[in-house]
Amino acid sequence: MWKWLHPYANPEVSYHFTNKLLPWLSVLSAIFLSIGLVWALLFAPADYQQGHSFRIFYIHVPAASLSMGIYFAMAVAAFSSLVWQLKLADASAAAMAPVGASFTAIALITGAAWGKPMWGTWWIWDARLTSELILLFLYLGVIALHNAFEDKNLAGKAAGILTLVGVINIPIIKYSVDWWNTLHQGSTVSKLGKPSMSLDMLWPFIFCFIGFSLLVGVIICLRFRNEILARNSIRPWVRELVKNNSSQ
Amino acid sequence: MTLKAQSTHETENIVGKIDKILIDEALIESTANDSSPLISSAQPLQPLSYRHAFMLVLKRDLTIAMRHKDDMINPLLFFVIVVTLFPLGIGPEAQTLSRIAPGIIWVAALLATLLSLDRLFKSDHHDGSLEQMLLSPHPIFILVLAKIFAHWLITGLPLILIAPLLAVLLHLDENSYTALLLTLLLGTPVLSLLGAVGVALTVGIKKGGVLLSLLVLPLYIPVLIFATSAIDTAALGLPYSGQLAIIAALFFGSLTLAPFAVGAALKVSTN
Amino acid sequence: MQFNSFSEFINMGGYGFYVWLSFGAAALILACLLISSKAGHQKIITQIAKRKQREDKLRQAKALRKQQNKALNEVTE
Repeated sequence: MWKWLHPYANPEVSYHFTNKLLPWLSVLSAIFLSIGLVWALLFAPADYQQGHSFRIFYIHVPAASLSMGIYFAMAVAAFSSLVWQLKLADASAAAMAPVGASFTAIALITGAAWGKPMWGTWWIWDARLTSELILLFLYLGVIALHNAFEDKNLAGKAAGILTLVGVINIPIIKYSVDWWNTLHQGSTVSKLGKPSMSLDMLWPFIFCFIGFSLLVGVIICLRFRNEILARNSIRPWVRELVKNNSSQ
Repeated sequence: MTLKAQSTHETENIVGKIDKILIDEALIESTANDSSPLISSAQPLQPLSYRHAFMLVLKRDLTIAMRHKDDMINPLLFFVIVVTLFPLGIGPEAQTLSRIAPGIIWVAALLATLLSLDRLFKSDHHDGSLEQMLLSPHPIFILVLAKIFAHWLITGLPLILIAPLLAVLLHLDENSYTALLLTLLLGTPVLSLLGAVGVALTVGIKKGGVLLSLLVLPLYIPVLIFATSAIDTAALGLPYSGQLAIIAALFFGSLTLAPFAVGAALKVSTN
Repeated sequence: MQFNSFSEFINMGGYGFYVWLSFGAAALILACLLISSKAGHQKIITQIAKRKQREDKLRQAKALRKQQNKALNEVTE
């Protein structure tokens, strides 16, 4: 496996690989997202309890699970960059942070918009919403630390350490928030039971989920490409690329 | 009169600096002894043991802290003032105050710790002794742990000592006093340990203060939740050993893991 | 098809505001992210090109100065 992975540790090779990957990913994500969203908005049945507001679910849940997933991916990248000194892993972690923060923000906004008709308020200190908010803070911390360093390599290392500290803390925070929530749960708010999904609802959800995941892939590839260029700006291959690009 | 006071203050400062230099030298000398075989073969000096290194760093930090007493007192004053502000903002009803007292005391403790964290590595980073510490052959784990322990002794311990007084001001339930002290005793070291990671990451940055709070405060949430819940439970007269056990677990977890993260972060920051 | 008319689709059974708010916010955030990431590529390329230009200019100036110095030296000799 190492032999197979080895060429991709070279920035130039992975830059071109990302370039080749991008159109495929974009087309696939566009297909999946358009099918999934049209299905979710037009054809999926309304929930018998929540009516049409249930359609928010098709964005909220993919965004929430992706926001967690991206943090773990970032932690894996940070770990491999710290242990194996892979500079590209740093670049990919740097590319992921803003994407993860955006998806966390989407999950929070859609959660609030879903909560208003269901619970009657924009914000309740629900366990899931609260941990999502804390996750947003963790993302913002990583991004802020990234921006605070002049040197990109140092920034990557520092943010990597913070990411790893955060990833150890996420389960603890999640557990403590769940626990806190059950303790302080008021009687006015009844938690919505987990809806047992019918197949008519599951399929559009699967399409939406895959579509959003591919979209995450596209955005991360775009940002990864930028990070590689920014970190290797004095290399000859980048200079060549810039010359070709600006002469066009 | 003022002139004289000033001059004595200056001499104190100078003495403090000399002390610091002396102890630094002791640390370096010892490192020179056990790192170069030439000297140690000529005059068989014992290499510095882990415990000795720990004590040396601890003593050095405590001595420095004693010379700058205001660094020690200011966070404490901040703690007291923040707690005093709440009754003024919320109203003096004893019932409301005793209801929110655990939260106020703990949030104020978090903020006071945060305020004092800045000092943990900053002056050492400025005068270069931090880099020498990292270059010494002793495990960074030990040295960092000693620094954090010193920080806790300087800031955490006074906080614990003054907390019952503030609890009186806030009409904390009488059953909760032991719980408050126990949670502070177990919780403030966690704050120092986790905070040290944040400080180590931001020590090289010029305007690290605000950034530090952004990095560290989310990590403090579990401690806050379990500590306040333990105090609340104690007020109801129920057993709160479960929450204490979780805080203790957090303490031991951060005690074993945080110094590694601090060491790695310091290496990045000092570059 | 769950809806009979377009206005019914917009209304979403009374939940229209919330549904379209969340879909709109998500679309807006993702579009901003996508566009900024895409634009970043060209921005970085022009940045590098600019830096290269500056470096080239500096190098040229240095070479020119060297030549002039040489010429000056020859004249004085």
